[in-house]
Amino acid sequence: MPDQSHQGSAQTPFIAMREITKTFPGVVANDQINFDVYRSEIHALLGENGAGKSTLVKILYGYYRADAGRILLDGKPVSIRSPQDARRANIGMVFQEFTLIPALSVAENIALFLPELPAVLNRREIHRQIQALSERYELHVDPQVMVAGLSVGERQKVEILKLLLSNARILILDEPTRVLAPHEVVALFRVLDHLRQDGYAIILITHKVKEVLQCADRITVLRAGRVAGSLPRAEADEGKLVTLMFGRELVGPKAGRQKARDEAVPPLLELRGVETRAEGAETSLKGIDLRVYPGEIVGVAGVSGNGQRELGDIVLGMIRCARGKKLLFGEDLTHASIGTVRRRGVAFVPEDPLTMAAVPFMTVLENMALTRTWHYARSGGFRVDWQAIRSDVQDAMGRFGFSFPLYAPARALSGGNLQRMTIVRELAHGPRLIIASYPTRGLDVQSAIAARQALIQARDDGAGVLLISEDLEELFALSDRLIVLYGGRIVGTFRPEETDAYTVGHLMTGAEVQHV
Amino acid sequence: MSRTNAIIPSLTQGKPRLAAFGQRFLNGVIRYTLMILLALLLFGAILLISGRNPLHSYRDMLTSTLGSAYGFSEVLVAMTPMLITALAVALPSRLILINVGVEGQLYMGACFATWGALTFRDWPAWCLLPLMVLLGMAGGALWAFMPGYLRARGIVNETITTLLLNSVAPKVVSFFIFGFWHSPMDTDKTASFVPAARLPTFFGTRVDLSLAIALVLLALFWWVMKSTRWGLEMRAIGGNPQAARRNGLPVSTYLVVVMCIGGAIAGLAGMAQVSGYYGLLLNNFSRGTGYMGFLISWLSFGDPLGILLTSFVVAVIFTGGNLLQLTQGLPFAVINILLAFTLFVVLARPTQAVIALKGAYGSEPKP
Ligand SMILES: Nc1ncnc2c1ncn2[C@@H]1O[C@H](COP(=O)(O)OP(=O)(O)OP(=O)(O)O)[C@@H](O)[C@H]1O
Ligand SMILES: [Mg+2]
Repeated sequence: MPDQSHQGSAQTPFIAMREITKTFPGVVANDQINFDVYRSEIHALLGENGAGKSTLVKILYGYYRADAGRILLDGKPVSIRSPQDARRANIGMVFQEFTLIPALSVAENIALFLPELPAVLNRREIHRQIQALSERYELHVDPQVMVAGLSVGERQKVEILKLLLSNARILILDEPTRVLAPHEVVALFRVLDHLRQDGYAIILITHKVKEVLQCADRITVLRAGRVAGSLPRAEADEGKLVTLMFGRELVGPKAGRQKARDEAVPPLLELRGVETRAEGAETSLKGIDLRVYPGEIVGVAGVSGNGQRELGDIVLGMIRCARGKKLLFGEDLTHASIGTVRRRGVAFVPEDPLTMAAVPFMTVLENMALTRTWHYARSGGFRVDWQAIRSDVQDAMGRFGFSFPLYAPARALSGGNLQRMTIVRELAHGPRLIIASYPTRGLDVQSAIAARQALIQARDDGAGVLLISEDLEELFALSDRLIVLYGGRIVGTFRPEETDAYTVGHLMTGAEVQHV
Repeated sequence: MSRTNAIIPSLTQGKPRLAAFGQRFLNGVIRYTLMILLALLLFGAILLISGRNPLHSYRDMLTSTLGSAYGFSEVLVAMTPMLITALAVALPSRLILINVGVEGQLYMGACFATWGALTFRDWPAWCLLPLMVLLGMAGGALWAFMPGYLRARGIVNETITTLLLNSVAPKVVSFFIFGFWHSPMDTDKTASFVPAARLPTFFGTRVDLSLAIALVLLALFWWVMKSTRWGLEMRAIGGNPQAARRNGLPVSTYLVVVMCIGGAIAGLAGMAQVSGYYGLLLNNFSRGTGYMGFLISWLSFGDPLGILLTSFVVAVIFTGGNLLQLTQGLPFAVINILLAFTLFVVLARPTQAVIALKGAYGSEPKP
C-alpha cells in the first residue's frame, strides 16, 4: 500500500532536475533544463515535436545519460545511470510503445517487473495485490487473461499497475493518451487524479492542451530543448500555452466543405462486397461496399480493432480479398501488388510509422526514397539520385511547414517527427487516393493543423481521402462523408452535418449507449 | 527494461562520423588481435599438454604459410572457396534469409559444370569455361530456388529446407558419377577434365582465376549494397520487412531472387572447385566448405571486408595446420580445436560487432 505520509517539507521538490543538458549529434535535445516535480502533483510537459520532452524523462528514468546536470531526490543528489537505478529510486515510466509481453498473462507481466521476483511465484499473493490496487484505483483488469487479448486502454492499465506494484512513487507517462479513445482518456485521468491524492508524483507528456488544462497542477513548456515557461494551472490558459510552445498564436485549418459533387464522376476507389478472412488478431471485414470520389474526404469512425486497419490494408493490397472486388481508378486491382497500387497513385499513412512505414536503421532521407525507388533510380538502377530525393523532400517540407533532420537514422527521430516524415513522404507526390490512419497521432497542435491542412489541400486538388481516426472532432471537422465501422461491417453512413457525435458514438460501440 | 539501443552511433555531420568510424575501426583491429592472441594461448596449452613446444609449432605454422611465396599461395588457394561460399551466405543474410544450404548448392554447381566439361570437351576454353560457369551457377540457383520459393510463399522456413537439401545434393552427384561419368580406372571420380575445361592458374602456383572472380564479386557486393537501387531496397527489406512491403517493394520476389543468386554464387564455388582445384569431379569432394562459408559469413556479420579478413585467418590456420600435421605429427583434428578456440573467442563478443555492422550500412553518400 502506498504510504501517505508526506516526507520532506512541501517546499522541497520530490524530484529536482538541475541544468540538465543532453546533446545528440547535430541537436541539443535538452539545454540546461530545470524541472521540479512535487508530491501530489500532476506535472504536464508540453512542447512541439522534437522539443526534447521524451529525452528529458528518459534521462530521469536512466534510459539516456545526461551530458551535464544533476538530479535531486528529496533534495539529495542521486545518480541515475540505468533504469534499474531509477526503479530503485521509485521512479517508473510507461513508454510511448508499451513493453508488455503479449504471450504472458497480466499477472505474469506484472510479476516480471517486481523489484524482488522470488524463485517460485506466489500467484495467489500477486493476484491479491493486483486485485487490491485495481480496486483502489479503478484499474480493473483480470490478472489471469493474456495481454495479447487486451485493448490498448487495458494494456495501459496493466502498465500503470505494473509500476504501482513495483513501488514507484514517481510515474512518468509519455503520451499516454495518444492511442486512447476519448472515454478511455477520461478514465485514465480519473485514475491519475486518484493517484495524486495518494501522494504520487506524476509526469504527463501530451500534445493536447485541453487535456493538460483538465488534469495538470503545473505545466512546463519546452521549446527547442529549453524551458520556455513553467506555470501553475491557475495561471494557464490555452492561448498562453500555445504561445509558449510556438512563440505565436495558431490559426485553425480552413476546412470549407467540398462543393456539391458531380455525380457523373467515376469513383477513385470502389469496394464491392469485400470480405476478408481474419488471421490471428485481425478482424475480418464483412460485406464492405464503399466508394471514394475525387475531391472527397471519407471519414471512418470506429473503436480501434473493429476493422480499420484491415480496411486500409485491403485498399493498399496488404491483405487479400476473400470475396468481392476492389476497383481503383476504374481498374480492377483486386489482386494487384502493393507496388502496382502505389504506382497508380495511392498513398498510405499507417497508424504506427515505426513498424509500418519506416526502416529504423536507415536514415530519414533513405526512408523517403523507399516508396519511389523506381522514380529515383538512375542508369537503370545502378545509381540512386540522392540529390533529387533531397530537393523533393525539402520542397515538400517547405510546402507542409514541417521540418525534421534528414541524415539521422529514423529511429532517432522523436515520435512526432517520425509522423511528420511519413506524412511528407506520402503526400509529397500528388497522390490520387490517400489512406490516412490516425494521421495526427503524436503531432503537436501546430503540426496537427498543418497535417489536416495538407489533407484538405489534397482533397481540393481532386484527390480522394479515406481518413481513419478515433478522434470524432477531427472526423467531423474534416469529413465530407462519414462511415462507422463496427465488428468489420459498415454500420452507418452520414453527412457530418446531418448527424452528431452522440449518434456516431452510439454506433461505434455496437448498440450500447455510450456515456462519456 | 534496460536496452542496448540507448546510444546510437550514427551522426548527422560528416566529420565526426568519419572520426568515429576511424575510432571504431582501430578498436576493431585491437580487439580482434587480442582475440586471436587469446585463441593462440589456449591452443598453446593444448600443444604443451600433448608434449609439443607451442612456440616452435607457431613458428613453423607462420613460416610455412606467410613466410614463403609458395606457402602464401597455398593460403590463397585455401581461402578462395571460403570467400565465395561466405558471399553465398552473406548476400541472402541481408534479407534475413539464412542460407545453410551452400554445401548442397555447391555440389549441384559442380555437378552441372562437370556435365558441361564432359559433354563439350572439344570446345575451346574461351567458350567452354564461361559455359561451365553459367551451368554451375544455374545448378546452385536451382537448388536454392526451391527453399527460396517455399519461404516467399510462407510455407516452410528456408533454414530447414536448405539444410535438408544439403544431404540430397551429394547423393545426386554420386548417382551421376557412379552411373555415368566415372573414368574407366576409378568408380568414384570422373576422368580428368580436358585442359580447356580447367580454370587458368597464376605464376605456376595452384592459385586460379576463381580467386580474382571472388574478389570482384565481393567488391561488387559491397558496391551494390551501398550505391544501387537494389541495395537500397534490400537494406530496407532486411531492416523492416513489414514497412518494406507496405512501401510497395516486391518483397517476395526479392526473397526468391536473392536466394537464387546466393545459390548461384555457391554453385560458382562448386564449379571453381572441380574446374580449378581438382580438375575432375570426385565423389564427396567437398568436406564442409559450404559450412565453413556459413561460419565465416556470420562471424564477419556479412560484411565484405570482414569476410576477406576472416577467410584469410581461417585459411592460414588450415594451411598451417596441414603442415603441423606433417612436421609435428599432430592429428589434423587438432586444427579443428584451434579453429574452435578462434570461433569461441570471436563469438564471445558479438554485441559490439553487431553495433559496428549497423553503423556501417546506415549511411548514404553525402551531397
Ligand atoms: N537517440 C537519439 N539519437 C539522435 N537524436 C535523437 C535521439 N533521440 C532524440 N533525438 C533528437 O532529440 C530531439 C528531441 O527528441 P525528443 O524525442 O525528446 O522529442 P519530443 O519532445 O519527445 O518530441 P515528440 O513530441 O515528437 O515525441 C529531436 O530532434 C530528436 O531527433
Ligand atoms: Mg516524444
